[in-house]
Amino acid sequence: MTALLEVHGLAKHFGGVAAVRDLDFEVAPGQIKALIGPNGAGKTTTFNLICGSLAPTRGSIFFEGRRLPARPYEVAARGVARTFQLVRLFGEMTVIENVLVGCHRQGRVGWLGCALRTRAMRTDEASLRRRALTAIERVGLASRADGSAAALPYGAQRLVEIARALAMSPRLLLLDEPAAGLNGPEQAALAGVVRAIRDAGTTVVLVDHHMDFVMDVSDEVLVLSYGEKLAEGPPHYVRSHPAVIEAYLGEETD
Amino acid sequence: MTARARWTTLSVIGAAAMLLPSLIGSSYVLSALIFVGLNAIAALGLTLVMGFAGQVSLGQAAFYAIGAYVSGVLSVSYGWNTWAALAASVLAGALIALLVGLPIFRLSGLLLAMATLGFGIIVYYVLVNWSAVTGGPSGLTGIPPLRIGPIRLDTDARVVRLVWICLLLLLGLTGNLMDSRVGRALRAIHGSEAAAQAAGIDTGRLKLGIFTLAGAMTALAGGLYAYYLAFVNPSPFSFAYSIELVLIVAVGGVGSLWGAPLGAAAVVGLVEGLRALLPHLTTSHGAAEYEIVVFGLVLMALMIALPQGLTGLSRRSA
Repeated sequence: MTALLEVHGLAKHFGGVAAVRDLDFEVAPGQIKALIGPNGAGKTTTFNLICGSLAPTRGSIFFEGRRLPARPYEVAARGVARTFQLVRLFGEMTVIENVLVGCHRQGRVGWLGCALRTRAMRTDEASLRRRALTAIERVGLASRADGSAAALPYGAQRLVEIARALAMSPRLLLLDEPAAGLNGPEQAALAGVVRAIRDAGTTVVLVDHHMDFVMDVSDEVLVLSYGEKLAEGPPHYVRSHPAVIEAYLGEETD
Repeated sequence: MTARARWTTLSVIGAAAMLLPSLIGSSYVLSALIFVGLNAIAALGLTLVMGFAGQVSLGQAAFYAIGAYVSGVLSVSYGWNTWAALAASVLAGALIALLVGLPIFRLSGLLLAMATLGFGIIVYYVLVNWSAVTGGPSGLTGIPPLRIGPIRLDTDARVVRLVWICLLLLLGLTGNLMDSRVGRALRAIHGSEAAAQAAGIDTGRLKLGIFTLAGAMTALAGGLYAYYLAFVNPSPFSFAYSIELVLIVAVGGVGSLWGAPLGAAAVVGLVEGLRALLPHLTTSHGAAEYEIVVFGLVLMALMIALPQGLTGLSRRSA
């Protein structure tokens, strides 16, 4: 099966420092792949290179066989959605309005139609609303749809961000430290949501350093160290890999 | 506010705007109301630019001038139908805003402020020096009034109705716009530009669209101004008027479209109020100088008390 995402010879230098060096990896469709590594391993840089918020020094990233464009909104338009390490919601909007922003590109009515509130605009708006509600239901927040997003607890805000990404109907979903700031039960709920997303056909790439969460949710784990690939494989393989234990897990694993 | 509530409110104000001018005998009050309306239309687009695109235009007076002069020149020198000339002036405002904004919104920061500052000054000097077309410093006279069928809109009572109907229509249409997919995208940019881009929104293009819309609305106000006064010269379109529009937006508040009419009413009311009041409070002949000082102090106090502008008041109590 051909890969959904292919990364070839990817490198990123900040001044003289190489944050990512000659990285190659692939993500198969329908899997959850985690990028882990100690601080400074280059996982967040890799994440930002994929979603277009950083430009690579060298190398290329292919999505569905075609090179990914340079700007973040173009990457998003190709079917790659993302969340942020620190949740970035539109604080003055309700939950459903936040998610409706994720439906932006599915809307068909332009400025004039919106200003005149034409029949076509109202039909379009109704279908966007249904779409947004479906995404909200998928993360289990249907009862909070019309409430303020900023008033939700942090864990629920993260789910709103995921719903906003799902509303884009992405083929690839990038999650930047999804478990950060979440307590145990919230992490477990998040793992369930992420698995359901995969089962519904969206490939997931996540960056995190909560070992329990990563090992629990991932199909494949890529371990980075100093910007290079240290090991890659299923969680049980990576967990017992000597180089990984030495570099990252250390005495933390039993 | 829902679309229905918004249009109901606007219809009530619209009915008042149609009826009240017949009851107001004073042409001084009517003319003040006309200027409140014109300033509000001109400031409405700037509210969107400052509130949602997160940019300041320091050259909005240039678009007011473009509206006034394109309307005036086409009507006087080329004998165009006045409504066609007004429409052309709105298109000219939009097109020029698009051209000025095109290189700017690819980048970020305070570039728009710098570029529009320069643009405003260039337009002003073109008006003064391109005498063959603009009439130079002495301006353009004999601009015919707009007319609806046999009715010439040449009295204050008629113009005030036209201006306020235009303002209310624009408030309704921009309200619809902000309450739609396009408006949500704009509010998203205000909330987090990175998150808006991650949702696939081309934020640069959207900001350019808002700046273009602002150029069109400000040009419309300028065109209405020219047909009202029947005369234009360059002096009202200087840098000072650009600053006055920024002031109106700041006083009204950028959080709501109602900030533009509220800010315009507050600023016009303050200027006229001080002009009436100060001669009674000072025996010296320098009342005009005191006026600008007191004006500045009142504005400073207002911005300290209400940093969100007048529209911030309703949200604080809500």
